[in-house]
Order: sequence, then structure tokens, then C-alpha cells
Amino acid sequence: MADLLDQGIASLAKSLARKEISSVELTKTYLSRIAAHNPGLNAYVTVTAEQALAQAATADAARARGTAGPWAGVPFAHKDIFCTQGVRTACGSRMLDNFIAPYDATVVERMRDAGLVMLGKTNMDEFAMGSSNETSWYGPVRNPWNTDLVPGGSSGGSAAAVAAHLCPAATATDTGGSIRQPASFCGLTGIKPTYGRVSRWGMIAFASSLDQAGVLTRSAEDAAILLQTMAGFDPRDSTSVDLPVPDYLAGLGQSLRGLRIGVPKQHFAQGLNPEVERLIRSALAEFERQGATLKEVSLDNSHLSVAAYYVIAPAEASANLSRYDGVRYGYRCDKPADLEDLYKRSRAEGFGAEVKRRIMVGTYALSAGFYDAYYIKAQKIRRLIKNDFDRAFSEVDVIMGPTSPHTAFALGSKSKDKDPVAMYLEDIYTIAVNLAGLPGLSIPAGLLNGLPVGLQIVGPNFAEDRLLNIAHQFQLATDWHTRTPGVAAASRGDR
Amino acid sequence: MAWETVIGLEVHVQLSTRSKLFSGSSTIFGAEPNTQASLYDLALPGTLPVLNGEALRMAVKFGLAIGAEIGKTSVFDRKNYFYPDLPKGYQTSQLNHPTVGRGSLTITLEDGSTKTIGITRAHMEEDAGKSLHEAFPNDTGIDLNRAGTPLLEIVSEPEIRSAREAVAYLKKLHSLILYLGISDGDMSQGSMRCDANVSVRRLGETTFGTRAEIKNINSFRFVEKAILVEAQRQIDLIEDGGKVVQETRLYDAEKNQTRSMRSKEVANDYRYFPEPDLLPVVIDDAFIASVRDTLPELPDVKSQRFQQQYGLSHYDAQVLAADRDTARFFEEVAAKSGDAKLSANWVMVDLQAVLNRQELSIAHSPVAADDLAGLIKRIKDGTISSKIAKAVFEAMVAGEGSADAIIESKGLRQVSDSGAIETMIDAIMGANPRQVEQYRSGQEKVFTFFVGQVMKESRGKANPAQVNELLTRKLKG
Repeated sequence: MADLLDQGIASLAKSLARKEISSVELTKTYLSRIAAHNPGLNAYVTVTAEQALAQAATADAARARGTAGPWAGVPFAHKDIFCTQGVRTACGSRMLDNFIAPYDATVVERMRDAGLVMLGKTNMDEFAMGSSNETSWYGPVRNPWNTDLVPGGSSGGSAAAVAAHLCPAATATDTGGSIRQPASFCGLTGIKPTYGRVSRWGMIAFASSLDQAGVLTRSAEDAAILLQTMAGFDPRDSTSVDLPVPDYLAGLGQSLRGLRIGVPKQHFAQGLNPEVERLIRSALAEFERQGATLKEVSLDNSHLSVAAYYVIAPAEASANLSRYDGVRYGYRCDKPADLEDLYKRSRAEGFGAEVKRRIMVGTYALSAGFYDAYYIKAQKIRRLIKNDFDRAFSEVDVIMGPTSPHTAFALGSKSKDKDPVAMYLEDIYTIAVNLAGLPGLSIPAGLLNGLPVGLQIVGPNFAEDRLLNIAHQFQLATDWHTRTPGVAAASRGDR
Repeated sequence: MAWETVIGLEVHVQLSTRSKLFSGSSTIFGAEPNTQASLYDLALPGTLPVLNGEALRMAVKFGLAIGAEIGKTSVFDRKNYFYPDLPKGYQTSQLNHPTVGRGSLTITLEDGSTKTIGITRAHMEEDAGKSLHEAFPNDTGIDLNRAGTPLLEIVSEPEIRSAREAVAYLKKLHSLILYLGISDGDMSQGSMRCDANVSVRRLGETTFGTRAEIKNINSFRFVEKAILVEAQRQIDLIEDGGKVVQETRLYDAEKNQTRSMRSKEVANDYRYFPEPDLLPVVIDDAFIASVRDTLPELPDVKSQRFQQQYGLSHYDAQVLAADRDTARFFEEVAAKSGDAKLSANWVMVDLQAVLNRQELSIAHSPVAADDLAGLIKRIKDGTISSKIAKAVFEAMVAGEGSADAIIESKGLRQVSDSGAIETMIDAIMGANPRQVEQYRSGQEKVFTFFVGQVMKESRGKANPAQVNELLTRKLKG
């Protein structure tokens, strides 16, 4: 079975097509593995076994009839930020612990239409606010590589589930690094597409102008397959872009000869673990071997990105989370005395500390007298950051650097010292990409003391095909993406 | 000491789109609570807005009708506040970049003079739902059917100087939106709601006084009364040595007074910022031109034409052109009857009286334009007198048939046969020798006695002009 569990989507689809295994058998295998190992990892918050088996049976029947799509019957997991009809969608929050979504997100709809089998919903930082998956109402997720460590966040549940082979792939979302940083910490391929590439309909909002859905997988090839399924214009999301989606899988065979890689000096400066730098530099050398050239570029305003982000994202979040008022759905406090009490207690009891902190920061930034100094200023910086990237992309095809300054850190090490800024700095290399709306991808580029290190590749708007091909060429020449914590490591999660 | 009232009006007009501003739910009034609330209207997590293109067209149409600058790039903003019937916790509106910029509206005052009132802007926004208190003894019910209904908020400059001007402005606006077909304008259902900013100053002063905002006044009559009573309150306050405070007040129609809303209800920092779920709305000249093509002839232009084409007075033309249906009805009657002035009179006086009495709009007139034209033709060709025509008209209102049918069946045809009238006159003169003598001795006022006798004898059908002529000739001997 270990063999089967190592297979990605492309290879599982082949096995299913050849009838070497049925989707029901495959689904059962994963369900039993989840039952055995999830309690130690806390990667899933909801397992939809019954529904998964029904979907699997449907896929098998379609295969038997010859009407199945290419990926039908392949299991996967959804981050619990996507609304799934009839299934609890809690977004890591007590506020939505009782919320059964009455509709499907576009991403959910498209995956289901492709015949993919949803195993369950994965844990996450509350409302995607966090970089360690420690802010979840459902408790922290543990990193399968070492369960004393965090898996990264906010898509920590998805990352841990894929890394621990509790599913071959999972959906995720990224507002400031929430796909790429967990990918880096858990040794996975994670892609955050261009803003507008994937519909946000049904994806619970954190910061609307930054949120984007993507995937966590074990290879660029799998990422190409799932992104293909998810991407494309959706009339229900006014910010989704009406551009054709290229054939990502077909685009994976391109040579990297002549590829111009920009290396931003700011991403190799103080604060970067020298051992991480060494591994990233050796990954860059691999690209040179394949015919790419390196060029130092400067992202002059990158030191402002975290500050600008922590004005814009909380400002948007403060409004996005106003709907959780105890009136229509979600958590409502016990016996409210009056309207004021209903609001105050429902929100005080329903939201966790980090969410409340960001609502307050955002409310403050938007309030009369401070709006120009914070929100407007941050928007100007956002424009400057975008200009930096535009300038760089006039000289290079992609930008590469570390995804995170270090490897996964210990649970509690950054959350218990009551210094939220230390946690905010986790996303120092990833946040600017969201502010600029660009596509970004993280792939495993080495191991440091037995822990994965991620390489970030950033491209111009809608260059997902280029990023996926580059990642794929790297993965053809190296085997870092095949390294896994393994069954043994995952079982440590049993304790 | 003479005082001047300074008024600016904010009018919310509900646009008559079939679906809501940002969702596909129906906007029909009066449905069962919460049956017209979609996922987005309920503010379910993960839902997103999509702008209703028809609402945008209607806003642009209004802008063109008031000669306003049209915002080529308009931006929606979130206006944040908590209220149970505001499901998202923010209202989507337009703050700095409204769809409609500066324009103006010309009003006609009762003395016939005109005045142009500046319109600062008109922006699109969504309506809130309703809180229902009656049906639930200890709770509040929330009905979100109205939540998300498109509104156009039309903000005037503080250029209105009296309650009457305010009413004239509102009536003009009302007429315009009906003309444009962008709203049903029904004030009783809240399709048009008005907030009034009122301040007073001594005549001749150039700076504005401190204003109070009177919220949600829902009829023309109440607007007039609310402004009058609020202005007087402010004048009394200042004359007593007090100061007006800037605040929001409510008009209580029963007591005919305004009262302050608790400051807690209004002390809000709305924390506006651009709605990130919607891109800026960019429209080009071609779009604006396509909307311009749908503009109907507007009241002012129509009134001008009525004066020129039909020779109507300025006043009559204004009255007839103010309402689109009335204007259409009038033109149909005029065309079919061939007499515009008679048509104008009959539509404005007799028909309007019947409509007022029966509380009907002209669209539901009991007498069709065709039939009214038929009646006017019979007046013109002398078949009936104007006086008889009133009786025929009442019969038509009662549904007794066309003018011709009623004239026939009731035998109301005017007697214009001079022989028959002469015979009648001779008989009457023979029967009243004393009155004939009086007339001939110079008491000419007895003439009316003879007219009355002839009309009585003919049961009103004798042609009055002929009666006059023949009587004069015969009496003078």
C-alpha cells in the first residue's frame, strides 16, 4: 500500500483507468489512513467518509461506462474555507462551528464535476489568519516531519494531510503566504495563482483583494492538473478574470534554456538562515545547469510589504467579518440581554484572539482621522511594490528566492510570546506577491536537519504555466519533492 | 427680523430593476418575508456581489436627464455599521466616485417663475432590510426581501429657500423619474424617500447657519410641514438666545414637530473604503450614447413644444407635461378631436376632477382618450353645447357609452333649427306680454328671463348663440 500512497494524481488516475484499483478501494485506503493518523496530526476537522465513498462509487460507475473524466475517482481534501453544501464549513472558527453551508463554492463545484472525491475538510488558522495553524478553534495542526513543529499556515491542515499521505493533494488559499509557507514547511509543491485566476465564490473571505485559491500537491504535475480543474472565469466573482486558461499539463515539457531568473537581493539579506540560503543557491545552480541565467534584481520596497499588508488585510477583514453578528447564522451568545449584548458577546466569544486583534487593527486603520495615514498610505506602498515587480519583469522571466527564511518552527515558539509581529514576519518573502496580485509557487529544494526548505518562484500575471513548467523541470532533475516524512514519521503523530 | 430658510434635500429613489443591485433576487414589493433573499442578500460567508447592469443604465439615464457629468469610472465603497437588518455589516454605496456628478433641475414656482436647483451628485447604493417589531412580542423579526434593492441617492445643493420650493423640487424630481421609467416613485411604499437638511439665517447673511437633518419623510405634504416646523423651531431657538446644534431629527406627523434622535443612533464612524469585491465600474462614450438614445422627451422640452405646437399657455403646458401619462393622453385627445385647447381644458379640469374623485391615475381613466375626443368633436361641431357636454361626460364616466350614443339615446342633440327656435320664441313672447313691454321700455336685463324660458322649453338643447341672436332681433321688434 505504501506504493499506492506515494502516487500522485496523475499516476493514480492511470491506475484507475487501467482498473488496477477502484476509486472505492482507494478512498477506503485513505479513509483508514486518516482514521489511524489524523488524531495525532489534527489535519482534518471533518471527514466526509460516507459522501466520499458514494462519490467514489459514482466515479467507478462512470469509469465502467467509459464516461468518466480523466481525474474521476481520485481522492483529495478541501481546506475548510471553501463552502461545501450540506457539510460543516467552519473556517477554523468557533463562529462557524455550527455552520452547514447551503451551497458549494465554485472550486468545490468544479472539483466535483471533474469526479474528484472529497475525503474531508482540513484544519486551518481561524479565518486564514495565521502562519502556523495555531489560531484554529480546532487546535493546532502538527507537522508530519516532526510533530513538535508547526506545519505553517494558514493552510496547515491541507499541507500536513498531503505530507502525511492522508490525501494525495488538497486545496488551499493564500492571502499573504498561506499556501507557499506551509508548502515550504511540509516539503510540498504549492501554487498561489494570479489574483482573479480562480473564482472566490464560496471561499470565505479574509482579505478580498488578496485572497486567492490554489493547491498543495506532491508535484508540479499534480498542481497543473488541479489548477486546470479549478481555474477560469466565473460570472459570480466580479474580480475573476475572463481569460482563457492554458493547458497546464501540455505546457510542462519546455526546456529552461535561456530562462532569465531574477534573484532579488532583498530576499537574501539579513534574517535568512545561512543554511537555507545555501540550499536555495544550490537549487538556483540546478537551473543554471539547465540553461537558465541568473540576474540580481532589486525589489526596493519589499521591506515595506509586511507593514502595508498588515494595514490592508486587516482593514478588509474588519468589514468582511462584520457579518458574523449572531443574527442570521453562526455562533450566538447565550441569552443576549439586548442587541448590543448580542453583538458584543457573540463576537467576543465566537472569535479567537488573533481574529479580534486584526479586526481591531483594521477598524482603527479605517477610522476617521487615520484613514489617510494608514489605509491610503498602504495602498500607495502596494502600488510601489507592484511597480518594483513590473520593473523586474522587464528584465527577467521569473523571480526566485527562499519561500521562508527558515524551516518549520516549534509549536508555541512564536505564538506564546505574545508578540504577533514575530509571526507576521513569517511571511516576509511571500506577502509582496499577494500585494502585487502575482502568481507564486513553492517547491521543495532541499532538506535542512531533516526538514524541508522551499524555493519560491514568482512570475508575471497569468504566468502559472511558466511557473509550473519550471517547477516540473526542476522536479525531473531532482528528487526533493519525493522526500516524505514517510509512514514512520506520520505514525509519530499517533501519540 | 426677517429670516431665510436654507434647504438641501437628499432623495432616495428605488430603481425599478427586476433584480437587486448585486444579486439575482427579485425586487417585487410585498412578498412573504425572506422569500426574496439570496445567498448574497443573507450575507452568507463566501458570497460575492455582481453589479446589476440595468441599475447602472438607469443611474446614467437619470444623470443625462439632469445634464450631469457622468462618472466614467465609478467606485463602490463599503459603509460600515452594525444593524440587524444590514446583513453584511456594511452598506455598499459610492462615496468619492459616484456614477452621476453635478447636474441641475429647474422648478416652476406657483407664481409661474422658474428657479434652477443644483444637484451635487447622485450615487448608487443598496437598501437595507426591514426590522419587524409588531409580530414578535419579545423579539425583532428581520425581513431581508428589501435588502440589496438598488437605490439612487440624489443630493441637492443647499439652494432651496422655502418649504414650497422643496415641494416643487420633489414634484419635479418625481415627475422626472416617472418619465425616465427608472422608478415607480411610490412614496407610500418607500420607493421615494426624502431627508431634508434645514438651516436658517437672517435675510442678507451669506454664511449658512447650523443645519439639522430631518430623516425619512415620506410624503410631499410632510416634507412641507416638516421643513416649516423645523425652520420655525430654529428661528425661535435663536431668537431666544439659543444655538442650533448639528443633529439628526425625526418628523412626527401626528404632533407636527421634529424631535432629536438619540445621538447614539447617529454617532457613527462609517469607515468607508473601496469595496474590494467589485472592480471600478468603467463606462465609455458608446455606453453613454446608447443610454442617451433611450431618453424620452423630458417634461421641460415637452412643455415648450405644447406651447408652440398647440398654443397652450405656459401654465397649462407645464401641468400637462408634468406627468408622462397625462401628456400622452392629452396629445391623443388633441389629435383625435382636432382641438388642442378644448382638449387641454377637458383633460385638466373635467377629467382630472373625476380622477381625483375616484382616486384613479390617468392610466386607469374611466373615459378613454378616444371617447373624450369623440365628445369634444360634438362640442366643436355644435351638436351639443358645453353645458350639455358636462352631462354627457358624466354619463360617459358612468359607463353609459360613447358621446354619440348618449346624445342619441337621451335626445340631447342641440336644436340649431332657427325655425323651431323662432316658433318657441314667438310662443313665449305671446305668453309674456308684460316682460316684452318691460324690455322694450329699456329694462334690458329682462333679456335673461327670455333666454331662460327658451332653454327651459328646449330642455337645454337650443343652440345658445342662435337663441341670443333671434331673441334680440324679435324683442327689438
